[in-house]
Amino acid sequence: MAYVPLADQDDAHAMHDPESFVSKYIWSQDHKVIAIQYGSIAIMVGLVALVLSIMMRLQLGFPGLALLDPASYYQAVTMHGMIMVVYLLTALFLGGFGNYLIPLMCGTRDMVFPFLNMLSVWVFLLSVLILLASFFVPGGTAGAGWTLYAPQSITEGTPGSGNGMLLMIISLAVFIIAFTMGGLNYVTTILQARTRGLTLMRLPLSIWGIFVATILGLFAFPALLVSAIMLGFDLMLGTSFFIPAMLQMGEMNSQEGGSPILFQHLFWFFGHPEVYIVALPAFGLVSDILSCHARKNIFGYRMMVWAIIAIGGLSFLVWAHHMYVSGMNPYFGFFFATTTLIIAVPTAMKVYNWVLTLWEGNIRLNTPMLFAIGFIFTFIHGGLTGLFLGNVVIDVPLSDTYFVVAHFHMVMGVSPVLVLYAALYHWYPKITGRMFNETIGKVHFWCTFLGTYAIYLPMHYLGFLGVPRRYYEMGNTDFVPASAQALNANITLAAIFVATAQILFFVNVFWSLKNGKKSGGNPWGATTLEWQTPDTPPKHGNWGEELPSVYRWAYDYSVPGAPRDYIPQNEHGDFTADPGDEEHLVHPEDKEHAHGAPDTQEIPR
Amino acid sequence: MSLYRNVTSRPWLTPGLHPDAHARPAFEKPNEKVALSFFIAVATAVFSLLIVSSLMRMTMSNDWVSLDLPSLLWLNTGALVISSIAFQMATSYARRGYSLSGLRWRFITGGVLAIAFIAGQYVVWQQLHAAGYGLATNPANDFFYLFTGLHVIHLLGGLWVWSKTLLTLTRAKGTEEARLNIELCTTYWHFLLLVWLVLFYFLAAN
Repeated sequence: MAYVPLADQDDAHAMHDPESFVSKYIWSQDHKVIAIQYGSIAIMVGLVALVLSIMMRLQLGFPGLALLDPASYYQAVTMHGMIMVVYLLTALFLGGFGNYLIPLMCGTRDMVFPFLNMLSVWVFLLSVLILLASFFVPGGTAGAGWTLYAPQSITEGTPGSGNGMLLMIISLAVFIIAFTMGGLNYVTTILQARTRGLTLMRLPLSIWGIFVATILGLFAFPALLVSAIMLGFDLMLGTSFFIPAMLQMGEMNSQEGGSPILFQHLFWFFGHPEVYIVALPAFGLVSDILSCHARKNIFGYRMMVWAIIAIGGLSFLVWAHHMYVSGMNPYFGFFFATTTLIIAVPTAMKVYNWVLTLWEGNIRLNTPMLFAIGFIFTFIHGGLTGLFLGNVVIDVPLSDTYFVVAHFHMVMGVSPVLVLYAALYHWYPKITGRMFNETIGKVHFWCTFLGTYAIYLPMHYLGFLGVPRRYYEMGNTDFVPASAQALNANITLAAIFVATAQILFFVNVFWSLKNGKKSGGNPWGATTLEWQTPDTPPKHGNWGEELPSVYRWAYDYSVPGAPRDYIPQNEHGDFTADPGDEEHLVHPEDKEHAHGAPDTQEIPR
Repeated sequence: MSLYRNVTSRPWLTPGLHPDAHARPAFEKPNEKVALSFFIAVATAVFSLLIVSSLMRMTMSNDWVSLDLPSLLWLNTGALVISSIAFQMATSYARRGYSLSGLRWRFITGGVLAIAFIAGQYVVWQQLHAAGYGLATNPANDFFYLFTGLHVIHLLGGLWVWSKTLLTLTRAKGTEEARLNIELCTTYWHFLLLVWLVLFYFLAAN
């Protein structure tokens, strides 16, 4: 049985439109519906985390209100962190944008395993429900910080150390199952189902980012799974994987010999790649958005691809830089400081390339572009403080201060969220067929962008002052001046302002669904395949009668001599160049059937 | 090397598509096989991390007491080896189009022996428990239960696909119909046999 690629057996691949409401919107196997389901669940649970952060900020800024007691403060910290990192960012980038964009950008009708894809979103919903259920159990949610460090997280006396922790562990394990089902789908689709002419190096960077991030996820989440299972054993069955002999509520516990450091290694072996699971899709999406709205090809495409791969590989070699204060052999620290700083090289390459893409571009400062440019600012900012913290000697004094809070919120909180907004605005016309309101979008951007700086810039200063993080209130500390409290109150006001400003986004999204003006198929004049679908929003099966064929890379913007300032990937046109280099696109088998050379014409670059 | 040539090509210089060009997937294999390869890699990560964890746990404290492994484990190992061989034979029957009944018989043998392996592991757990090597008495025991339990869970996942394939096979008219699933099962069984051999060696050596 000869092997026939999926994209070539398209005739046999008849699509049957689902008819009932249930099969169309609930148990849907259409990647676009699944993407919207993934995205909606992620955003809804993200709003819970947003409310938690405001409660924390109110407590810190105005301790007099006594809104939270110490236990619920720590529970809010824990749930805020875990939800934002795993259930919002990971799920929205890979489950949401991955599902929506992979089949469209690769020119396929759907994911290769649609049923598995449907299962993935429902298992994800289950994990979210389990997590949210922990708000309602006796003892409340887990309260040991999102890192769940053993033994503290499961020791009596820590808030939520019983039921809350158990639900957290189960929820994470279920999430990992959901992610693995989705991830196998994304990887296989990208590798196997690309349409005719779409070579790996013609893929948009969005797909490269999602692809490498998915691989990172597939290999990093096992570490979390293993540590979650072992932690669950320690909690429920009294084993001592992580629990040393220690005093617990004034009494010696029955366990001994367990290694808390082992938990930290396992956790961060997952935890650091997790940063890039969130960052790489953001890098990819922002590259496409910048290139499209600057009407200019992405600068250094190949370098961008290599950088994504290099960052992905290096991200598995730096995990212990989260553990400098746990105590380690100095040579060990030296190694991890070195690898951490090496990651700055491919990352800086990407930043230069984004800036150089903007250089002399025909920049259109619309809402998605504003968010994308805002990302460059916040990412440089968070990246530079990362260089500080990557060094052992600087990290040790700063590690437990607000400097770290400011750093990671800038680099993996604000930056990916700005890209998410950029991407949501950018693809909104394709998803809904309507334009959003540009004015509200711009107001939303400026409130969010300036507001987050008002939140996180002062936190760097608080960190230098030595204000410790994780504290429920500051109390009377001699080395912290009283003015720090005034700063804290201001940060809280800024946080409330930014959180309130997000209402603009939801108003815009829902108002424009009905009242936005019709966008047409390709409102931005973009080159990538998803903008070339016969229908907008794309129908089930995406491409109508025939799959698109790809004739060029994803960044033919402002090509001299072309009739428009963009050439879609599936447009043949008369813009083929340099027949000598075309060799690699033609498989030897195909060449045998060839009748004459395709018409070619050199174009100046 | 085509991958190297791929990622070093300059896509902006080479627009165009040959009229007769086909789609070029990364691997000329069915999608299910590609996905299974990735899943095997992920499962390898899980088991490797567990082994590394147990090595760390072993060296970080001195409370590790090796357990006396019951000799039944050798019998279980034998069952799993024969199970894997039976699957391999079923695959070659399907590939060469030999008799359907011979194929069914070998495929069923493979699955039944895997079930026997799981039952055997359960008996081993009982024996160990009775001999005082219970959970939460020593890290060596904890890791033993964790290793064997996770391995059995992976095997159960395989048996789910096996049972679905069995349904197809009972209704099948030719050997070709269930061939892909049989091949997938075989690959997965070989992988789980390899995992078990590594785990068994590791548990016996420590």
